[in-house]
Amino acid sequence: MSVKIREYRGTPYSRKDLEEGRVPAFRDKPRARYAWACGPAMGRFLAELKEGRIIGRRCRRCGRVLVPPRMFCEWCFRPTDEWVYIRDTGTVLTFSASYLGPAAERLKEPIIIAVIQLDGASPGIGILHKLGEVKQEEVHVGMRVKAVWKPPEEREGAITDILYFKPIREGQGGGE
Amino acid sequence: MSLERPRLPHEIRHWFGDMECDYVYTLGIAGEKFYAGLKEGRIIGSKCPSCGAIWVPPSLYCPECFEETSEWVEVPDEGTVYTFTVAYVGPDGEPLEEPEVYALIVLDGANGGLLHKLGEVRPEEAYIGMRVKAVWAPEGERKGAITDIKYFRPVE
Amino acid sequence: MASVKRRVAVIGAGITLFRRRMRETGRELSFYAAKMALETAGITIRDVDAVVCGSAPDAFDGVHMKGEYLLDGMGGHNKPYVRVYVGGGTGVFTPIAAWWHVASGHFDVVLAIAEEKMSSCHPHPQKAFTTIFDPIYTRPLGPNLVWIFALEMQRYMSVHGVKKEQIALISVKNKRNALDHPCAQLPAKITVQDVLNSEVMVWPVQRLDISPPSDGAAAVVLAAEHIAKRLTDDPVWIEGVGWCLDSTYWTNRDLYYPKYVEYAARMAYKMAGIKNPPKEIDVAEPYDPFDYKEAHHAEGLMLARKGEYLKGIKDEDDIFARYGRDGDLPICPSGGLLGVGNPIAAAGLMKVCEIFWQLRGEAGKRQVKNDPRTGVAQAWGDLMQVGTVIVMRA
Repeated sequence: MSVKIREYRGTPYSRKDLEEGRVPAFRDKPRARYAWACGPAMGRFLAELKEGRIIGRRCRRCGRVLVPPRMFCEWCFRPTDEWVYIRDTGTVLTFSASYLGPAAERLKEPIIIAVIQLDGASPGIGILHKLGEVKQEEVHVGMRVKAVWKPPEEREGAITDILYFKPIREGQGGGE
Repeated sequence: MSLERPRLPHEIRHWFGDMECDYVYTLGIAGEKFYAGLKEGRIIGSKCPSCGAIWVPPSLYCPECFEETSEWVEVPDEGTVYTFTVAYVGPDGEPLEEPEVYALIVLDGANGGLLHKLGEVRPEEAYIGMRVKAVWAPEGERKGAITDIKYFRPVE
Repeated sequence: MASVKRRVAVIGAGITLFRRRMRETGRELSFYAAKMALETAGITIRDVDAVVCGSAPDAFDGVHMKGEYLLDGMGGHNKPYVRVYVGGGTGVFTPIAAWWHVASGHFDVVLAIAEEKMSSCHPHPQKAFTTIFDPIYTRPLGPNLVWIFALEMQRYMSVHGVKKEQIALISVKNKRNALDHPCAQLPAKITVQDVLNSEVMVWPVQRLDISPPSDGAAAVVLAAEHIAKRLTDDPVWIEGVGWCLDSTYWTNRDLYYPKYVEYAARMAYKMAGIKNPPKEIDVAEPYDPFDYKEAHHAEGLMLARKGEYLKGIKDEDDIFARYGRDGDLPICPSGGLLGVGNPIAAAGLMKVCEIFWQLRGEAGKRQVKNDPRTGVAQAWGDLMQVGTVIVMRA
């Protein structure tokens, strides 16, 4: 490499070069609109969220209870067998605190997120959601949490019908 | 990203959303020459050192020989209609008030052509082989874009 | 395992600079890398029978059917041409797919080329990245792709008790190694303290833990044995290939260990006859878009036991003694993605180029000192789903 090749090519430019017009460019903003089909599993999951409940599916062959529910088990590669209601309490498997928004913009207050294994789902079967009413330093793997729901009239059938999960503190309900 | 409510909440059949991105397309080494040329009222092509073909729009390399082209040449803004079509609907499928004629124009001496509009011609008068010449936007209005040429019109 | 029809060698490699923004179009960048690969292989485009293109989402360049769009710059004009794409795993998957072309007996000389132009997505390619998330379960929460790395890093640290101070040493090592790479975007001499003081992005990920988005291209030429032997005295043989994907339901998986990387590695090692990876592999380039990923992947590649990549490593001297260029097992001598840059698909292929140059003794100041004969390059991507592994021997 080093001995035979004289030059590595490419002409870098900076954001300032672009903003100050030294690099000509064409701008475009394509917009694509979507109506994603939910399918029976997600459709039921969202409808249950509107009612303040979480639902999963069980595969009888491997025995796993899956959340989010799906109509097929990807391990056994066969249809799943039955609906199973899941509790809205669970355990933190992993967590993080994001100072970045969706377009990589800086946030003053971090969003605290976690993968939460819900009680009733099989071990390791978690969902992604936010944590609230908790300080970043308090969060730990293994922390017990409970869902905080939107009031019924505000729910739409969306993952955001759960506002966030909060820690289950001493003296509060929501154990196993 | 904006998200609307599901259409019929109790059915939850669909989830609506947008996927939006903004793009900055750099013109590239060859493109910068081409669009700078358009701003000056000239059409620039690239010449392959190996096969001698002149490519319009210009390219940093000859696509056939895969040799780097470093000679930028001006080609006449006059050429021949290679193929054309008449559009009755616009980009979003809406009907146009007046039909528009688009053509692939092979410029004199060049390989390849430019896709552009034909103007000052009725759709039924356009034909393959027709000689056309560029009509440029006035100098002060040219920006370094394909629209610096307003359209091509027939010449005798 | 099915028998392989013919041996395949890498006989040339090419690469462009990696930078945050380049004036060249994707086609022009591809042309630079392709031309360099052809010239160092001693052939022209006419000798190439087929081209395999690797490039990650169309959404970065902002052009649909990106493979076809890039074709001319990749030398694919009037040739059998195919684009492959497995997210970040693409850079190693591209030569694997090219290997199929030659090993099957179908083609003799194949150009494998990867390109990425992330700067077109404005103001930051993160916006295109977020469309990888499920639109119904995940996007309403406003995620950023760095979340998945942070959640995975947190799990790795938590299960194994690995500290940030140890992980940061990987960033120190790779950025310092990159000082000797002519194409590097962010080479730097930094310390662990610099990493720990850098801006928190998504805890525990900080700015100096992450590789940058980039524009760039890289390419290699693959040839069947009888042709490789005619064209060069130093073919580098592709002895093993492996790839494996795991489920998209990433919240249903334990993220502490990339099983799919291990399965891909096993496939490649079996083909190459490798039974004891840490002893038989002389140099490795695991995928390092974040510093903890080098540890995560090296364990997946079975170069260290689970959780033990950084065992006993407390400071710079330790990490360079074990994984530096004259260390026990050189890892990422190129400078990795952390130092050289991360134009998604081209980054993985950069690692393959590095192993090629290392095994030939052509890596100049980056040359590892243990006279390497066997090297491995690995890439990873999607929603933490794919492992792609290639084993090469001089």
